Amino acid sequence: MVNKFLSADEAVAGVKDGMTIMVGGFLGTGSPEILMDALVRKGVKHLTVIGNDGGLPIGTYGAKTARGIAKLIDAGMVDHIIASHVGMNPAIADGMNAGTLKCTLVPQGTLAEKIRAANYGLGGVLTPTGVGTPVQDDPDELGRKKQIIEIEGKEYLLEMPLKADYAFIRASVCDRFGNFRCDKATKNFNYVMAGAADHVVIASEKVVEVGELDPETFDVAGVVVDTIVEGEAKWQI
Amino acid sequence: MADLKERIAKRIAKEFKNGDFGNLGIGLPTMVANYIPSDVDVILHSENGFAGLAGAPEAGKEDVDVVNAGGAYVTAIDRVNYFDSATSFGLVRGGHLDITVLGAMQVAENGDLANWIVPGAKVAGMGGAMDLVVGAKKVIIAMLHTQKGAHKILEKCTLPLTAQKCVNLIVTEMGVMEVTPEGIAVTELHPDYSKEDIQAATGCKLIFSPDLKVMEEE
Repeated sequence: MVNKFLSADEAVAGVKDGMTIMVGGFLGTGSPEILMDALVRKGVKHLTVIGNDGGLPIGTYGAKTARGIAKLIDAGMVDHIIASHVGMNPAIADGMNAGTLKCTLVPQGTLAEKIRAANYGLGGVLTPTGVGTPVQDDPDELGRKKQIIEIEGKEYLLEMPLKADYAFIRASVCDRFGNFRCDKATKNFNYVMAGAADHVVIASEKVVEVGELDPETFDVAGVVVDTIVEGEAKWQI
Repeated sequence: MADLKERIAKRIAKEFKNGDFGNLGIGLPTMVANYIPSDVDVILHSENGFAGLAGAPEAGKEDVDVVNAGGAYVTAIDRVNYFDSATSFGLVRGGHLDITVLGAMQVAENGDLANWIVPGAKVAGMGGAMDLVVGAKKVIIAMLHTQKGAHKILEKCTLPLTAQKCVNLIVTEMGVMEVTPEGIAVTELHPDYSKEDIQAATGCKLIFSPDLKVMEEE
């Protein structure tokens, strides 16, 4: 069996300035913190980051450190964030006002589907969400104009696939091949992102031997996982 | 002010039927959960990834893997089902959500809704709101009737839209209003206000239902 195990620093070593990465998590819950910390240590710049939100600043809900994407924002590593909601992290509005950070807002369900389209080999998705709003009128994350497609009298927006160079994912448990599961509300964007990037890296809270747990335990196939990093801790408040 | 919001939340709670699957937005809409009668079995959706949202945990008993869409620690009911974001919004857009309750900055007489962005103000993002109002079978707006006297129910929204023609019901401290093809119809009026009062607080012509009822507190 191929050995997918690397340290956190080794797992992010291939991330270069200007790359696009996607990060699982929802306001920090389900974000791979040890991979965010490794990226900050590496200090890459000009990243485009795809995630549900901008993470959480230190102090929110008792957080002793910033969470998720907020660590990358705080370190000045991000040029462009593609997310559904950034209001919980004031550093993003500050960066936008200062002209150092671009933000493309995507409705949450559309964001999940754009990532899923990239993962599942679809040319795009048609969604009624955003019709008649700035989401229709404004260009997408790559500056493309949105197409409106009418099907049986109803209008839909054609939303294009969204893929990345790296996907950074947090698992609750995985086996040594990379089959994994995210517990409870930590699934969020972690499942659709696993496969929507050239390199898929998971940081897992628990790692078991192959066969140690019933295969039914795992929701996501290890075949989409390139790298496994051990040592992701349960979040502490 | 607190009791006006309580009045709105209590009235909206009556819209839930046994077996409904609903989503409550942050703030005033969340208060609705406190007033749904115990014999009405409602499953609440948490768009970050589960069906079966319940109240806040006791201090020290938080499960760090269970948060709501605002990121706050919450609890779940025994029948909870957890899912990822694609499934969560499939449930929403797919017409599986019976009711969504949200706040609004503006509602137009044709049901257009604006509740996510004010040009020039600090940007937050639409989160799941655009999907929720497009997908839910019934969209209920919970809000105070005016913004410090400024009209919020209008002929046409002036703010960027969240979605077109999506609102079904508006509940304010003054009354209950249905969005109909003819315009906004007042179906219940709170006893503190006259027809003239609610019309004066509204930026479009209201229709008064022929069987106009009293908006009851309990």
